[in-house]
Amino acid sequence: MSNYVYPRFPYVCSAEQRSGTLRRHPVVVIGAGPIGLTAALDLAAHGQPVVVLDDNDTVSIGSRAVCYAKRPLEIWDRLGCAAPMVEKGVSWNIGKVFFRDQLSYQFDLLPEPDHRWPAMINLQQYYLEEILVDACSRNPLVDLRWKHRLVSLKQTDDCAVLAVETPDGIFTMEAQWVIACDGANSDTRRMVGAEFKGQFFQDRFLIADVRMKAEFPTERWFWFDPPFHPGQSVLLHRQSDNIWRIDFQLGWDANPDEEKTPERVIPRIRAMLGETTEFELEWVSIYQFACRRIDNFRHGRVLFAGDAAHQVSPFGARGANTGVQDIDNLAWKLALVLRGEAPESLIDSYHEERAYAADDNILNSTRATDFITPKTRVSRLFRDAVLDLAQHHAFARPLVNSGRLSTPTPYVASSLNTPDNASVPAAMTPGTNAADAPVTVAGKPGWFLNCLGSGFTVVTFDKSVTADQLSIDGIATRVVVVGRDIDDGKGLLGQRYGASPGTTYVFRPDHYVIARFPQFDEAGIADAVRRACGKPGTIQQELAA
Amino acid sequence: MSLTLTPNIGDPDDFYAELIGGQRDLSDEEALRMNARLVLLLANHIGDRAILSEAIRLARSPGG
Repeated sequence: MSNYVYPRFPYVCSAEQRSGTLRRHPVVVIGAGPIGLTAALDLAAHGQPVVVLDDNDTVSIGSRAVCYAKRPLEIWDRLGCAAPMVEKGVSWNIGKVFFRDQLSYQFDLLPEPDHRWPAMINLQQYYLEEILVDACSRNPLVDLRWKHRLVSLKQTDDCAVLAVETPDGIFTMEAQWVIACDGANSDTRRMVGAEFKGQFFQDRFLIADVRMKAEFPTERWFWFDPPFHPGQSVLLHRQSDNIWRIDFQLGWDANPDEEKTPERVIPRIRAMLGETTEFELEWVSIYQFACRRIDNFRHGRVLFAGDAAHQVSPFGARGANTGVQDIDNLAWKLALVLRGEAPESLIDSYHEERAYAADDNILNSTRATDFITPKTRVSRLFRDAVLDLAQHHAFARPLVNSGRLSTPTPYVASSLNTPDNASVPAAMTPGTNAADAPVTVAGKPGWFLNCLGSGFTVVTFDKSVTADQLSIDGIATRVVVVGRDIDDGKGLLGQRYGASPGTTYVFRPDHYVIARFPQFDEAGIADAVRRACGKPGTIQQELAA
Repeated sequence: MSLTLTPNIGDPDDFYAELIGGQRDLSDEEALRMNARLVLLLANHIGDRAILSEAIRLARSPGG
């Protein structure tokens, strides 16, 4: 059915398996999907060698993740991969919601100009993975091993022992840390005996990827109860290569085996597109979904990320997008701990921050699902009332929920934040991911996020600061002075950060604000960096003072 | 502010007649749809989340 040709990546028997030598690796990633591959690239970006095991030898099969949000694009830009994704994908900002045959509501995800990356791109998961695999294969720190299946995992005090099956048999390897990115049906999760609990939704959806030359604009279109699919919802997304993804809600009683036959699928699509539109089926599958989360993102030396750690409904593009942000949060912490620059307890903040984000995603996803799939007759009446009213009255439009699209969850209560006592206005409180802004670097136009490195960074609006680096317990912390290292010609950086002369921000390696001060306060900065490294003593010092 | 539970409608009989009269010619289905719209219109007018929560809580039991 598909025109896409799946690449086959070569299986190579590793030296350790061939020679029968037991090796202990600092980090082994299980699963070479978007999250596992991102994990490898991010660890490598922090100087950490990493082995990735995947039980297959190709990219993701079929139509899976489609939408990638601005924040993951910023993360992938830090890893050097965003530009080819945006180039290959289709960018969009506008979403439209229809009720029956009327436009009910329209939203713009990025109403503000002067951002480098679009609010969203749509790209088939197999293309995204190709780009990530390519980046991994060019990175000397990443050892990507295909046809390597994890068959058992045991933990000792200081490592995980992995039995791995390849075409050449089973061998054993050790890992100081394991990152399990093996998806919603994670075997690794079962091996550590973790719980994965939540809510299953009694509804079925048909995914159809069709190839066609269509007149629809590059926008997200969502229909409630459209004339061509009465009583149910439909979602349309454009992907690259003139492939369109259509999700038809089918209801719980639908027979999944019958519904995915072309005899059933083609008339549904024809009803939607009209008799005259020519199209070709690329992919058909049926899914039902659940909102679930693992009990703890850390089980000893095994860390869970992506769908292995949490599962959401697809409305809102919160699956892969959240998983990439798990890795953004984890990689720098793991690198600091492996280098001995931070205590092992820093890893526990991964669960603290990302379980909080997962719960926020699950909440948003569950609410969207309750709106899209009303569970009782009365909740359906309320849903329809919202949609009716939204056509005529602005007040009802914010109640329309066809999926709240993925935005980063701020770590507002994180133990790594320095309490905010600065009289700095604006939204950039500690725990918030850094806002981008156009800046000038050495006379050339650039972007603020590219000026934040892979370590801790201080950005100050105090032009009298002469330091360009601070050493905090041996951790190099770069100092960027606005007006010296970068210019804020348009004034947007100052505006987005509520800056006045002297305003100073401290960013973690994943570009989240950890502290801000009205002046360049060197002692305060050092304390903030120590706290963000999970160093004991910070709180005791405060108590002593 | 809390939910007003003392009489607040100037002409109660007239209001009640208007509410019932507004649904007289509707089927049960249409009347339920109207009620859902009415709840949403009034809820937005009130806006105050604490008052809305109190009203939802009170409305759940038959005696309010």
